[in-house]
Amino acid sequence: MEPVAFHALKILILTACGANMTNRDLSSGEAGNAEHSPPGATSLSRRAVLQIAGGAASFVAVPGAEAQSASPNATTTVVKGSIQFTVNGESKKLEFDHRQSLLDLLRETLDLTGTKKGCNTGACGACTILVNGKRIVSCLTLAAMHDGADIQTIEGVAQDGELHPLQEAFIEHDGLQCGFCTPGQIMSGLGCIAEGHASSPEEIRFWMSGNICRCGAYPGIVAAVSDAAGRA
Amino acid sequence: MVPFVLEKANDIEAAIASAAAGGRYIAGGTTLIDLMREEVERPDRLIDINALPLRDIGVDGGDLVLGALATMANIAAHPDVQRLHPLIAESLIEGASPQLRNMASIGGNLLQRVRCPYFRMLDAACNKRTPGSGCAALEGLNAGHAVLGTSAHCVATHPSDVAVAFVALGAIMRVRGPHGERSFAVEDLFRLPGDTPHLEHTLFPGEVIVEIRVPSGPYGRRSRYLKVRDRASYEFALVSAAVALEVEDGVIRSARVACGGVGTKPWRMRGCETALTGRPVDRNVFEEAASLSTLGAEALHHNHVKIELLPRTIVRALEMAGESA
Repeated sequence: MEPVAFHALKILILTACGANMTNRDLSSGEAGNAEHSPPGATSLSRRAVLQIAGGAASFVAVPGAEAQSASPNATTTVVKGSIQFTVNGESKKLEFDHRQSLLDLLRETLDLTGTKKGCNTGACGACTILVNGKRIVSCLTLAAMHDGADIQTIEGVAQDGELHPLQEAFIEHDGLQCGFCTPGQIMSGLGCIAEGHASSPEEIRFWMSGNICRCGAYPGIVAAVSDAAGRA
Repeated sequence: MVPFVLEKANDIEAAIASAAAGGRYIAGGTTLIDLMREEVERPDRLIDINALPLRDIGVDGGDLVLGALATMANIAAHPDVQRLHPLIAESLIEGASPQLRNMASIGGNLLQRVRCPYFRMLDAACNKRTPGSGCAALEGLNAGHAVLGTSAHCVATHPSDVAVAFVALGAIMRVRGPHGERSFAVEDLFRLPGDTPHLEHTLFPGEVIVEIRVPSGPYGRRSRYLKVRDRASYEFALVSAAVALEVEDGVIRSARVACGGVGTKPWRMRGCETALTGRPVDRNVFEEAASLSTLGAEALHHNHVKIELLPRTIVRALEMAGESA
């Protein structure tokens, strides 16, 4: 991280924690005394701190980028500002850093942490989501390139508190162990079934090969996709 | 990721003007974003061309025409592609993963960067990434590297599968740039590394691929893509072969053979093609022709297997094509 951004990050974290402690210190009267601080001295979650940090980094970095943005041709437009898309049926309008991957936007900005960051290089499939009905890896694409898209993540698969048949099938067939790859497996499985590539275990193995499971729950995953395809 | 400006182009001329002034095109982004995150690629300006009307797949005067922005998945699933050139559909499905095939454009597929691990490793010597720095693969782990078309400066293989099918079928690409349009064989897109491995293709600054045109051929179903690799799917080729046969009364009238995983570019095997022409569909003929494929091949420390595997892969692919009707 560049020094200026890091400095801004430190200030933000210290300011946020300091503000939080000041409120408590009003009653305790002993600033900075750990014995009098409740467990979890700050109410900020780790995620909130990271979100603030991300904002600080972009705040520092973006003006530098824009300074060199003079386009040689008026008819290409510089992408910046806000983006609008639909996530799990809800329309969202968001400020974004144009360097953000779609995965990072979902996880860090929208708090949709069901979509996992595994390899962040497109090799493991943990970040699989559906964009306009097609399964893609959200780590290898910029959020800024999906203005107007219809996005579905694992959080939107269950409807009205009822699990989707594919989710049920993963439970029935033990299609997971640690569970980290499971959201990606399920989103990929939805794509696989919708494409019509789930008619045999052999076909499912081939067309689910973009999703790695380090626990090796593959027999259960194949059985679950096969079962749900049969029910669809 | 090094800071960059992102532009969006709604007009091809605007995109070309911006690229001619130093911008980089981005379509599916599956190679570029990954390499930018590793800081192997450091473009200061990206031009998103996804809004350009270059996604059509269809037939024109007998040619199969693929818009440069058509995705690998959409091309592989298209009925015209499956009917006219099943070899293209087969080679596409053998490449990447379903998710990546939904993202990657066919133009980007041809221009994807190499998968040599040293190219991605910023502290390793790589003439492709840092011209003049040397080639760490020559003395490093090189089981996946090329045996044909290599130089003392670079031994990386071209990773595309569908490019091998395009080269076998004599596909033509149409490109547009600041000085208008031109067309040339897909085979001529790729440069040998020589002493300038950082120059990978023959496009001029600002040129964008508009479409790939595959001429009609007499091969149809007698064409197969066989990919041999360390896993059954989602892995780059050790050796692959795209073959197509025109057969009449048990005699091969014409043949096309190209191979992947072995060359620094998709490798057309013209010697094999000549050796097959006018001969019967027969394993001995296939073996004789395939033995010509390794002429000039040079192994590195860890990839001798490719020289053994190359003719075998061609023979098996020819058998598969011969059995198809």
